[in-house]
Amino acid sequence: MKRKVLSMMLVLSMAATLFVGCGNSDKSSGDSAKKDDSKGSVYYLNFKPEVDKQWQKIAKEYTEETGVEVKVVTAASNQYETTLKSEIGGSNAPTLFQINGPVGYQKWKDYCLDLSDTEIYKNLIDQNMAVKGEDGGVYGVPYTVEAYGIIYNNAIMEKYFAMDGAVVQSVDEINSYDKLKEVVEDMTAKKKDLGIEGVFASTSLKTGEDWRWQTHLANLPIYYEYKDNGVSDMDKIEFKYSDNYKKVFDLYLDNSVTEKGLLGSVDVASSMAEFALGECAMVQNGNWAWSQISEVDGNTVKAEDIKFMPIYFGVDDANEGLCIGTENYWCINKEASEADIQATKDFLNWLTTDEKGKEYMYKSADDGGLGNAAPFTTFTEDERSDDPLAVEMYAWMDKGNSVSWNFTSFPSQTFKDDFGAALLQYANGKMKWNEVQKMVVDEWASEKAK
Amino acid sequence: MQKTLKRYFPIFVVPTLIAFAFAFVIPFIEGVYLSFCKFTTVKNAEWIGLDNYVTALSQGEGFGHSFWVTAAFTVISVITVNVFAFCIALLLTRKLRGTNFFRTVFFLPNLIGGIVLGYTWQQMIDAILYKHGVTIVSDFKYGFIGLIILMNWQMVGYMMIIYIAGLQNIPTELIEAAKIDGATSMQTLFKVKIPMVMPSITICIFLTLSNSFKLFDQNLSLTAGAPLHETEMLALNIYRTFYGRVGYEGVGQAKAVMFFIIVTAIAVIQLLATRSKEVEQ
Repeated sequence: MKRKVLSMMLVLSMAATLFVGCGNSDKSSGDSAKKDDSKGSVYYLNFKPEVDKQWQKIAKEYTEETGVEVKVVTAASNQYETTLKSEIGGSNAPTLFQINGPVGYQKWKDYCLDLSDTEIYKNLIDQNMAVKGEDGGVYGVPYTVEAYGIIYNNAIMEKYFAMDGAVVQSVDEINSYDKLKEVVEDMTAKKKDLGIEGVFASTSLKTGEDWRWQTHLANLPIYYEYKDNGVSDMDKIEFKYSDNYKKVFDLYLDNSVTEKGLLGSVDVASSMAEFALGECAMVQNGNWAWSQISEVDGNTVKAEDIKFMPIYFGVDDANEGLCIGTENYWCINKEASEADIQATKDFLNWLTTDEKGKEYMYKSADDGGLGNAAPFTTFTEDERSDDPLAVEMYAWMDKGNSVSWNFTSFPSQTFKDDFGAALLQYANGKMKWNEVQKMVVDEWASEKAK
Repeated sequence: MQKTLKRYFPIFVVPTLIAFAFAFVIPFIEGVYLSFCKFTTVKNAEWIGLDNYVTALSQGEGFGHSFWVTAAFTVISVITVNVFAFCIALLLTRKLRGTNFFRTVFFLPNLIGGIVLGYTWQQMIDAILYKHGVTIVSDFKYGFIGLIILMNWQMVGYMMIIYIAGLQNIPTELIEAAKIDGATSMQTLFKVKIPMVMPSITICIFLTLSNSFKLFDQNLSLTAGAPLHETEMLALNIYRTFYGRVGYEGVGQAKAVMFFIIVTAIAVIQLLATRSKEVEQ
């Protein structure tokens, strides 16, 4: 008898654990179902892990203010496309997501709603920036403008200028590739006296961490080649400016903190840490990197010493500025319910026209905001981020001469990954530059054809 | 007893069967169907017949190269893992002190998940290679040997446990009889012990074979296929095809179906071959 009772109890407790799980989920989905019917809800799949905290705050505040439920989920670094693919096929698909430009649009066009009659499209400073389809509809609205170039530590540069035999006396004199090369090589010779391990931070070539070279740096030769031909996309390229690319890349490889052969194991976070700890004077990256620099333990770089310099390419240096553009376009899910679509449109309007919403958009990460340089007419001159790199970006933007972001027209992720892998082989001495060049030209053509 | 079993077996079997159907059978059938379609997500598939398979086997896809890397890796790991595991099992079935402690220690690596393992070994191997100015992704051989070392480190303990169980089940009369007949320990090993342990060998070879062929986590975290896809094994190749380009999801699915057929064929052949060698207890 006792044994029977005992075994009965065991079975019941096991069965109870099953039902606990079911009960909870039913309750919560019941609640949200109620909200759904009346007001619609927003589900945003966020791309940038570094601003997830801010988005959660925004979601909470918006829900408190309007009663509309907002859920923000952030994909892990480099996992956005895979996460979006699995989420959008599910029953509770995201209502708001992002694409990276025309190539991303090709992939997701079955899910992008036409935004031509929405307020946020009408509020764009430059409506040509939006992603448009062949039918003339508007499918992606950019939500932030970003810039990248060579970030340098002015304190170390000033130290160099004060030395005997310095090649230049101020940063303004560095206005071309040749001058930059002279300065960098001289600094490398004097690196012990300057107290640095190398002029440039390590050229991170680990798989998945090489986007600064296969996308950002690769933008420059393609930008100039497109310019020569007066187009914004090509099915076949000659990679005319591959020598210029090689020269800049060699400069990075030969004057850095780490030996060439070891770069396959370096990631971007390590490179940014080297810069933050004062081990090097320059690093190629963009204004989003400010939070990475300021959050490193033992950061020795002061905010007023951080500045931008263009990546002088040796083609038209006098007219070159920072590379400014966007790879982040908002899209609304066409397949979502009417109520959800309207709720999402309202949410985006709040972010770009409401006082509180705008504050969240433009304030820098240090102040709890997203640090977005939002390209909308609804943002006044005062409503701009004040982190040092954003300030630099606006200064260079006002000068004009910005290099546009053309890497949004690169054939595919596979092309970029293979380019990065070839660069690693080149750095390891396994491939010669002409082999890399040939591979780039061949793969561009074959990937474009697919 | 038999009647009770017949009456109540559905209650016990059905829940698991349903779970199995949902988690395995239905996705599998859907996968085979999708391998003949062009699709972005599961909802918008269009039938295109065998095109995906043709593309999957074409030159630029790397399926052939990945296949040979995987095959070479499998052959080497099956041999090394089983030989090491068997030797250690022999050692640990003697009357030595501390055998239990050693068995626990050898088994522990098996408890660590693939991704963490790959990442940890990558750091360790890079630290050693640093002295020579290279990294694990500088050359194919570093990555390949690294993967073999990793596989051995993880699997030897698990296989050792199975072998120990097998060895302990050999009736001692046979060993004694062999000793009385004047057999050397080598002869005892090959003529008596191994044939009696054949069921364990079947299982161990099957497990190492399928685990090595399907290896993904460790491959991804150790080298991610670098340099330039040279150390990319089949599972990683399929993953990359699926997510690397627009419109190639069908091709990835086709590769996955072919992968399934290959692994099943090899496993079945191996099972048949070793089962025929098993001796009646």
